Amino acid sequence: MRIALRNCGLIDPEKIEEYIAEDGYFALGKCLTEFTREETIKEIKDSGLRGRGGGGFPTGLKWEITKNVEAGQKYVVCNADEGDPGAFMDRSILEGDPHSVIEAMAICGYCIGADTGLVYIRAEYPLAIERLKIAIKQAREFGLLGEGILGTNFNFDIELRYGAGAFVCGEETALIHSMEGLRGEPTVKPPFPSVSGYMGKPTNVNNVETFASVPVIINKGANWFNKIGTEKSKGTKVFALAGKINKVGLVEVPMGTTLREVIYDIGGGIVNGKEFKSVQTGGPSGGCLTKDFLDTPIDYDNLIAAGSMMGSGGMIVLDEDDCMVSIAKFYLEFTLEESCGKCTPCRIGNKRLFEILTKITEGNGVLEDIERLRVLSNVIKDTSLCGLGQSSPNPVLSTINNFEEEYRAHVVDGKCPAGQCKSLLRYDIVEDLCTGCTLCFRNCPVGAITGERREPHLIDQSLCIKCGVCFEKCKFNAITLI
Amino acid sequence: MYKIKSLDDLKQIRGEVQSKNSLKRNGENTEQVVQIKVGMATCGIASGAKEIMKFLLEECEHQAIDAQIKQTGCLGYCYAEPMVEVQLTDAEPIVFGYVDKKRASEIIEKYIMQGEQIGGEISISFKTIND
Ligand SMILES: Cc1cc2nc3c(=O)[nH]c(=O)nc-3n(C[C@H](O)[C@H](O)[C@H](O)COP(=O)(O)O)c2cc1C
Ligand code: SF4
Ligand code: SF4
Repeated sequence: MRIALRNCGLIDPEKIEEYIAEDGYFALGKCLTEFTREETIKEIKDSGLRGRGGGGFPTGLKWEITKNVEAGQKYVVCNADEGDPGAFMDRSILEGDPHSVIEAMAICGYCIGADTGLVYIRAEYPLAIERLKIAIKQAREFGLLGEGILGTNFNFDIELRYGAGAFVCGEETALIHSMEGLRGEPTVKPPFPSVSGYMGKPTNVNNVETFASVPVIINKGANWFNKIGTEKSKGTKVFALAGKINKVGLVEVPMGTTLREVIYDIGGGIVNGKEFKSVQTGGPSGGCLTKDFLDTPIDYDNLIAAGSMMGSGGMIVLDEDDCMVSIAKFYLEFTLEESCGKCTPCRIGNKRLFEILTKITEGNGVLEDIERLRVLSNVIKDTSLCGLGQSSPNPVLSTINNFEEEYRAHVVDGKCPAGQCKSLLRYDIVEDLCTGCTLCFRNCPVGAITGERREPHLIDQSLCIKCGVCFEKCKFNAITLI
Repeated sequence: MYKIKSLDDLKQIRGEVQSKNSLKRNGENTEQVVQIKVGMATCGIASGAKEIMKFLLEECEHQAIDAQIKQTGCLGYCYAEPMVEVQLTDAEPIVFGYVDKKRASEIIEKYIMQGEQIGGEISISFKTIND
């Protein structure tokens, strides 16, 4: 079911006429000529649309709050920072249908009383930037941006602002500071941007996908939209499917679709017919779900209850060969890199989490480390300033909660069940099977294997770098991997 | 190009573009008009869509096929990029995946010129807002 992606792949994004032919700018026209600002906001509220940028805040309510703040100047901001590793839905929308976002920003401007829109987009998206620029230019030429739009007294124009590609700059207060030319660091909310945002003025920040859904809601009506989805999550969500899945790509499904439908029916199942192990949703702020959750309907609340979150819609599928401790470590490494460093729990706490995880994957972990991870994670969650820090331990907590036995295998048995943690692997030669053919001896890159021709060989564990070459080369299955 | 000054202007443009498109689709404009869409988002381009686009433009010109070739965004089937959608005058659109030059010339010579089914299409199965 395609709402946000309705035109992607179907129209030429560099031709405004094609967008108009698909009822483009008619929602704006309808609002400007038939609906008052209040009626438009009511329509969005009734539709049940919630922010697609991660938080899931009701969009209509946000517009209403921003509208009700008295100020001469207000701003509409589109958050196109898209910093989650593995997420690319916003990029696709901007590359495939930029006018839908422009139209929705104008509608938002009309509702809240703003004449200026700003798109904050990462400089690493050159094609999306190019298409947006073309689209804005065309909209101006057609008189759909600028002064006196569609013969009314509504004025609205849009400018671009470029981000340097920092994850934390997707957080709305950091984003605003970055646009103001300040350091991209979050500040305490309240005040919320709706009250005091860009240049201290009321600023309505929404995500690309949120905006892209708006024109359809206006054209089709709130009652059409709110019949799709679950009780508390209406409409559709775009997911970026990646990882060990056959059909990597973008899918847009009604809220409430199960993970199983997304992964197996749409995504074509796991690569090489391997066993599904887990799915990571919500990127660095989310968590890893087990196969027990395959039949859980996906919506904001169910994912949170399951210990993960919707985030921006990244979905990374993991199979039996993925080590959950290493996955947690991967996300932590990302967070560590992206933390702005402003507050101690996030800056130092995550570093300590990372060190403990490294210790475990290197085979030096002890049982107490698991509890230590839990306690520290909760401290970081409770005491960090912004959403980045508050959610950064989620990958650790969810993997411990859902895959504790795997952590235990590392620290108690000194084994990595997925065979990923090299330090925990051990290659050995079975004396009885070894024919002394010298093949492994000749192939070992570090000279860790010794032995006479036709005599059983031996691996010196202190030299072995666990490259696995001998294991692959041996024709007699004489090398075992424990 | 003129400025759109009212909702009626907007309706007029929509009507013009829609009828132009449907004329093309019905082939009333010319002998036979083929519509070809090439997915040109980051995923498509990374897999070589630009080259395929260029190849299709050149080949159609070379073979004197009256084709309307245009770029689009991403359909979401990133695993099968580059993707090319072909709509012949009297047929449903067909989406071909994994299109390299060899495949592209097959599409032109077999499917477009002779209407021969060449298989390997991607089934597109999502609901639209109008369903
Ligand atoms: C660390 C962090 C990163 C974020 N990154 C993004 C992002 O890349 N894109 C986005 O739209 N929202 C992001 N958000 C959420 C924004 O702060 C904000 O809630 C959102 O843009 C509001 O739009 P929405 O209501 O339409 O979702 C991020 C939040 C945090 C805490
Ligand atoms: S939680 Fe982390 S990213 Fe957020 S303000 Fe504190 S240090 Fe910066
Ligand atoms: S795993 Fe690699 S380094 Fe270790 S013994 Fe075998 S070939 Fe040598």
